[in-house]
Amino acid sequence: MSEYQKIIKDGMWVNNVAFVQLLGLCPLLAVTNTVVNAIGLGLATTLTLVATNIIVSMIRNVVRPEIRIPVFVLIIASVVTAIELAMNAWFHELYKILGIFIPLIVTNCSIIARAESFASRNSVGHSFVDGLFMGLGFTVVLILLGAMREGLGFGTLLSQAHLMFGETARGLTIVLFDDYKGFLLAILPPGAFIGLGLLIALKNIIDKRMAARRPTPVPITEVSESLA
Amino acid sequence: MHIVRNMTISAFLLGLFSITGTGVVAFTFEKTKQKIAENERAAMVASLHQLITPKEHDNDLYADVIQVSNEKLLGTDEPVNVYRARMKDKPVAAILNSVAPDGYSGNIYLLVAIRFDGTLAGVRVVKHKETPGLGDGIEIERSNWILGFNSKSLTNPPTGKWRVKRDGGVFDQMTGATITPRAVVKAVKNTLNYYQANKDMLFKTPANKDIQ
Repeated sequence: MSEYQKIIKDGMWVNNVAFVQLLGLCPLLAVTNTVVNAIGLGLATTLTLVATNIIVSMIRNVVRPEIRIPVFVLIIASVVTAIELAMNAWFHELYKILGIFIPLIVTNCSIIARAESFASRNSVGHSFVDGLFMGLGFTVVLILLGAMREGLGFGTLLSQAHLMFGETARGLTIVLFDDYKGFLLAILPPGAFIGLGLLIALKNIIDKRMAARRPTPVPITEVSESLA
Repeated sequence: MHIVRNMTISAFLLGLFSITGTGVVAFTFEKTKQKIAENERAAMVASLHQLITPKEHDNDLYADVIQVSNEKLLGTDEPVNVYRARMKDKPVAAILNSVAPDGYSGNIYLLVAIRFDGTLAGVRVVKHKETPGLGDGIEIERSNWILGFNSKSLTNPPTGKWRVKRDGGVFDQMTGATITPRAVVKAVKNTLNYYQANKDMLFKTPANKDIQ
């Protein structure tokens, strides 16, 4: 496996931000009541991760170790604020929904975790790929959870897609059940915890099956350490 | 000597990053400021136009606004925006940004459009935190409940009937949610009362230029 393939696999599966590292749960649990919200927050987080990883990697030889954390915090805060303003300007409707969760990306520990454990020790190219796939791995979990909760809770998928993709996307909404009365638990916060729990359990089952098939399984820790 | 030099370099670097970071934010703010203001204006005008169609007025709804306050009838001690619709300088309707303070989970922010003669042109919910799937039926996106206010006034139904059905009034409640509709009905009635008592003042006060 090439280095890049390893980074991709790490981000999407082996070291997935939401499934394995369990970071950034506050926005993850709060925003996933519909698929469109999940896509919006996922993309904003991915954009932030890519931008901060690239910047941190570029300055990794300039910044002294004793001031690296404040510098990372500064970079992340500036990038997120810029993204928030840009979203307010160009995706105003969606911004109104995701509003308070965009500033929360600053506090998403996965971003400073990637800056500290990966971007500050690797080349710009590697850091870019790491940011992109860590972000996409997070986005996929957001969308899965969003689909579960929206499907069960409202009986639709991709409702209000026009907020994200423009008026032409109104037709994207899929109605799963006609005249569905809704399942409140799925939309409320407990639904988020239960849903995430089920998804993590599913991932663990798949991991176990795959490990059982392989004669000499590679321990998860070795993969991430060899990269760092 | 060595330590002092290291500290100076670190401090200098940290300062440099602060300035750059602030610069990036300031630059983005400047570039997006106008677009964001336009968006907010467009969103507000769009929701006002759901209640008073563009054909019914010829003034700038968004700019013809005053602030009033009346905690008892408008539901908040903060100033409430009143947008005035006029046709050839004659008053057509007032849209009050009033609040239902006793929702199931906090304030429900409303737009209440009242025609000059005191009948309702319509009501919309701007912002609320009611339970999804139960109380959020007050949103026009979720149900037609809110349209039940159209053409109502203080005399139709009579004052005693300005209640949800469970309380002996004429307005529907929702399955599993009575508190939310009750709060909205009460707030709309109070807003109508406020309008009735202050009608002349609402249309005669010159528009607030500062809001722009």
